[in-house]
Amino acid sequence: MSENIMHEKDIQKTSLRQKIVFALVQVFLYVFLLLMAVIVLFPFYWMIISSLKSLSEYRESVPTFFPRKVMFSNYAQAFTSANLGRLFMNTLYVGVVSTILSLVITILSAFAFARLEFKGKNALFAALLATMMIPGELFTITNYSTVTKLGWINTYTVLIVPFLVSVFYIYLLRQNFMQIPDELYLAAKVDGTSDLKYLCKVMIPLSLPTLISITILKMMGAWNSYIWPRLVANDEAHRMITNGLRNAFTETTGDVNYPVQMAAVALVSFPLFLVFVFLRKYIMKGVSRSGIKG
Amino acid sequence: MEMVESKHKWKAWIYLSPAIILLLIFTVWPIINTVRMAFLENYSGLKAIGGATFKFGIGNFQKVVKYQKFLQCLKNTVLLCVITVPVSTVLALLIAVCLNSIKFLQKPLQTIFFLPYVTNSIAIGMVFAAMFNIVGSFYGTENEIVVTAGIINNIIEFFGGKRVNWINTGSSYLANMTVMVVYIVWNALPFKILILLGGLQSINKQYYDAARVDGTSRRRIFTRITVPLLSPMIAYVVITGFIGGFKEYTSIVGIFGEKMGPADDAGRLNTMVGFIYDALSTNNQGRASAAALILFGIILVVTLINMQVSKKRVHY
Repeated sequence: MSENIMHEKDIQKTSLRQKIVFALVQVFLYVFLLLMAVIVLFPFYWMIISSLKSLSEYRESVPTFFPRKVMFSNYAQAFTSANLGRLFMNTLYVGVVSTILSLVITILSAFAFARLEFKGKNALFAALLATMMIPGELFTITNYSTVTKLGWINTYTVLIVPFLVSVFYIYLLRQNFMQIPDELYLAAKVDGTSDLKYLCKVMIPLSLPTLISITILKMMGAWNSYIWPRLVANDEAHRMITNGLRNAFTETTGDVNYPVQMAAVALVSFPLFLVFVFLRKYIMKGVSRSGIKG
Repeated sequence: MEMVESKHKWKAWIYLSPAIILLLIFTVWPIINTVRMAFLENYSGLKAIGGATFKFGIGNFQKVVKYQKFLQCLKNTVLLCVITVPVSTVLALLIAVCLNSIKFLQKPLQTIFFLPYVTNSIAIGMVFAAMFNIVGSFYGTENEIVVTAGIINNIIEFFGGKRVNWINTGSSYLANMTVMVVYIVWNALPFKILILLGGLQSINKQYYDAARVDGTSRRRIFTRITVPLLSPMIAYVVITGFIGGFKEYTSIVGIFGEKMGPADDAGRLNTMVGFIYDALSTNNQGRASAAALILFGIILVVTLINMQVSKKRVHY
């Protein structure tokens, strides 16, 4: 081969050339990635500095990149003017209750599909998966009349019950349950352990990461839900955070106070950032298998 | 033994019962009922309560596809899909490949690129609106002085460009769409980068070692090794991108509010989903159902085409 007859000098030359090319490519990579990172981060930066500016400073023709006078009072004003306290509580209540109930239903169903034998199991599971292809709007049209007939309009129930069952979560957890070896189940059966006890003592602890992923996605779903709550529960008492945020700043007919608006946006975004910082691993794991936002 | 078995089977249905009852009410019944309403001409929930009866037929579909507003919604949705899916996929692929070839700062950069995923699309849409807004001229009336043109226009002017009226009164359709494309691509990147980077990291290093021994050029390595081995993930992000793209709605509400367009042209940027909700909120369930079925049909066809294309191109 050519390498064998190559002079030592040539090898050194090519390796030096390779090193230069490698270095140039690395520089290019970092420049590109850092530029993209700046673009990705810029809206967050702009949200935070705008939320700390005074209205007059915000309107200067040449924008300042750091507020001259830091106005934390914008946050207090945003909190009261958009009634964020009530919105936070509503959203938290809906999020927590629907997450707990949803987890119970998901665990029970996933257990039945993964461990129990019954007629038509595979056909039923396939039918469930098929419903995932249908856009949610198709359900919403009828569900809107259903909940109206049930008298659920403007209640917490209407925000919780219709979305308790997620076929995707059942699928996710079933896959996880099925990885737990059959031998464990059979051994438990021989020992006379009941299904429910086995589920609680063995299967749930072993699939905790998946359950945490589901919990986070479900909570984020409540936090970000907009279309359904606007349709069925848009009164003062039950309004959710995203609707409240959008309403608070479109209902006003006067001048838009952008610093206060940005403060409200930041207040809505901070809990999500906290979740992101501490539970990133679980979100990424859940997300990479879903393709669904929230 | 037989008794134990049958007891066992009976038990499975107990475990499944909460899910099944809820699915029957909120998933199975809607499928049946939505199809029913779509084929009852001019069906309206309000009139149905009043005792009106409706003729069976395809009138709803005929009306919807002739409806000017619907065609505008369809055009907006298709345009946004066709532009944002390829742009965000190519950009995400570039970023993922670059991230995969560096060591220093890889983890922090990966975290930064995932950050937009965990945001509220309405909330951050409002930030984008503020960035593109022409500050001081909220209504575009003559006695109002335009103080400055938002931060984006400032950046454009800094680089010698001309300021643009992006989203305010008097803005052009092109400008509106540009803002939407920027925001949707920004929003779509994190998920795509996550999936593609995960795919890249699972490619066996031996392929690259072999290529290096053979002296293969970088570009050839990219087109002949990276892209083919990554093709299942690329197909996945393209398919989910199209499905999500056809359901675009909240990102537009985030930037333009519920009027779905600049102040002087409400509804200009409305989408398929927006059309369905408008029909629903005016009690035109027949029209809404027909539009929802059309949306489902489009998503199904596009997904099937995507899968057909990837069957030929994707290497598993």
